[in-house]
Amino acid sequence: MEHKELNLLNEALGFHNNNLYGRFVLVEDTVDTTAAFVLHQILKHSFSSHPSSSVIFLALSHPFSHYDRILRKIGCNLAAQRDNKRFFFIDMLMLQFPDEGKPNDVGFAAVFEKIESVIKALPQDNTKFVTIMIDDISFLQVAANGSSNDVLDFLHYCYTLTSEYGCAFIALDHKDIYLNEEKPAIISEMEYLADILVKAEPLATGLAKDVHGQLMVLHKQHGISPVKIHNFHFKIKENSIECFYPGTKI
Amino acid sequence: MAESICRSLRDGALEGELAPTLTIKDSLASPFSFNVFSHILLQLSSQKSQSHGIVIVALSRSPSFYADLLKNKGVELSSSNKWIHILDCYTDPLGWKDKARKSGNVNVVSDQISLATSSYKSVKDMDKLFLAITDLGRGLVGENKVRFCVAIDSLSKLLRHASLQSVAGLLSNLRSHDQISSIFGLLHSDLHEERATAALEYMSSMVASVEPDHHSSENCLSEKNFTQGKFSVRSKRRNGRVRETSEKFKVEAEGISFASISAEDGTTVAGLLPKVQFNLQLSEKEQIDRAKVVLPFEHQGNGKPIQIYDGRRSLEESSGEGAPISRCKNEDSALGEIIYFRDSDDEMPDSDEDPDDDLDI
Repeated sequence: MEHKELNLLNEALGFHNNNLYGRFVLVEDTVDTTAAFVLHQILKHSFSSHPSSSVIFLALSHPFSHYDRILRKIGCNLAAQRDNKRFFFIDMLMLQFPDEGKPNDVGFAAVFEKIESVIKALPQDNTKFVTIMIDDISFLQVAANGSSNDVLDFLHYCYTLTSEYGCAFIALDHKDIYLNEEKPAIISEMEYLADILVKAEPLATGLAKDVHGQLMVLHKQHGISPVKIHNFHFKIKENSIECFYPGTKI
Repeated sequence: MAESICRSLRDGALEGELAPTLTIKDSLASPFSFNVFSHILLQLSSQKSQSHGIVIVALSRSPSFYADLLKNKGVELSSSNKWIHILDCYTDPLGWKDKARKSGNVNVVSDQISLATSSYKSVKDMDKLFLAITDLGRGLVGENKVRFCVAIDSLSKLLRHASLQSVAGLLSNLRSHDQISSIFGLLHSDLHEERATAALEYMSSMVASVEPDHHSSENCLSEKNFTQGKFSVRSKRRNGRVRETSEKFKVEAEGISFASISAEDGTTVAGLLPKVQFNLQLSEKEQIDRAKVVLPFEHQGNGKPIQIYDGRRSLEESSGEGAPISRCKNEDSALGEIIYFRDSDDEMPDSDEDPDDDLDI
């Protein structure tokens, strides 16, 4: 049942042809409509994409137990993957710069170095199947005391990993925290950089019982593959998510 | 026109003149400045021009991306070292990877790129960047009067790393360098304050704007906006005149193509009318018939006295009462006369013009 319900999302993200490797996927959501489920789905799928695939997860908003619990509900054992050296959980919940007098960029450089060293420690052939996930970017800005430039530098370096190693780079950000700024720098720059854009927004008509939001997945032109846009609605249920085309919810 | 831009860049600079500079501007609604940039890069690579070499300052795309781009377009890469060189500010712009390597934690990864590439690791220093660009250029073309062209992957990235003054200073220095034939770069207008965009536009001899076809206030993400749009160019001529042209562009797998805006696209204005089931336009016949209608107060008279019915019995009263707003003169004659000057002849039907606009209060 869960398979059928999430077909639209899987298809939109291009799981069937491992579309995410070598790309940067930006997931944007709002207070009213959370898109964390997209991250969870990508996380689950990354383990089944290739027998030697691995995930490096930069957690800034929730501890390991949170993800373990949620992924178990959708049929994925994170603890086992972690023990099998396929899931690297980098706990950054207490991240704060400047740290002991070090400036921001040194701190971010250290985080990047950590990620790169994990990738290099993998067997040569497996470096092509690494997925790097960040949950979420807004906490990076908090850690940097609001300096968006340092966060953008860090994100640029993570992006270079997609071209250098062919990794998939997935990041979650919240769109509405930037609404009051005159120049929404981080989110706009990320939108330019992203190869695949996933946007979760509330319905234009307001809150509803059966439809919790709308999801838009945009694949920008990448080599010869053309632009593709997917639009559908979703409903968050207890243990899963249901995705359907607008108007087809029974 | 895209073709004329390429021609200007190929023609390059005259002796004692600033190098022609092109800024390609876009926004999130139509983010195709990079497609235009690649198109121009390929044009300059494949055609004869004043410049004998191209230095690409790569900030937002990897050197291997450019290698693939040229290879896919059939450009011979083996001999490319003689005329193209990439200043790699993408892989390690701030020297983080370098530091990690020095501390012994990370192994060096050698990239097999077929294009000549030099890494640059201090992207915040504009003076050093200027020296690096000019050194590379001179390395390509030699010390004589031979010129080279500079392509800046993203001016937006430069603006993020350095102040507007220093980026403007860099551009100014590049423009006045006597070995630089032309410069072109791309800019994302919604990432910067207006004054930054304006400053860079002012320094450019040509500004190409990539815009969506229709500016919609809502979510602009439709597949149409992601495959086509409008390409407007504003260029400053040597004699000081400014020329503005517009074209349509379409983004395909093979690249970007340009076409002139045809007459049919003029009907986009008509397309802005709401699509309803009744016809809001007038056909030819209807327009003729409308012109034939004789309005009240426009009677020719025909010799008979003009009789205006103003709702009262006394029709023989002096005319002029009940006459409408527009200018009408009452002449002192035995018979009242209304001379009606229509001032709405040149006004289109259903026009929104305020009829009281000409009141002189």
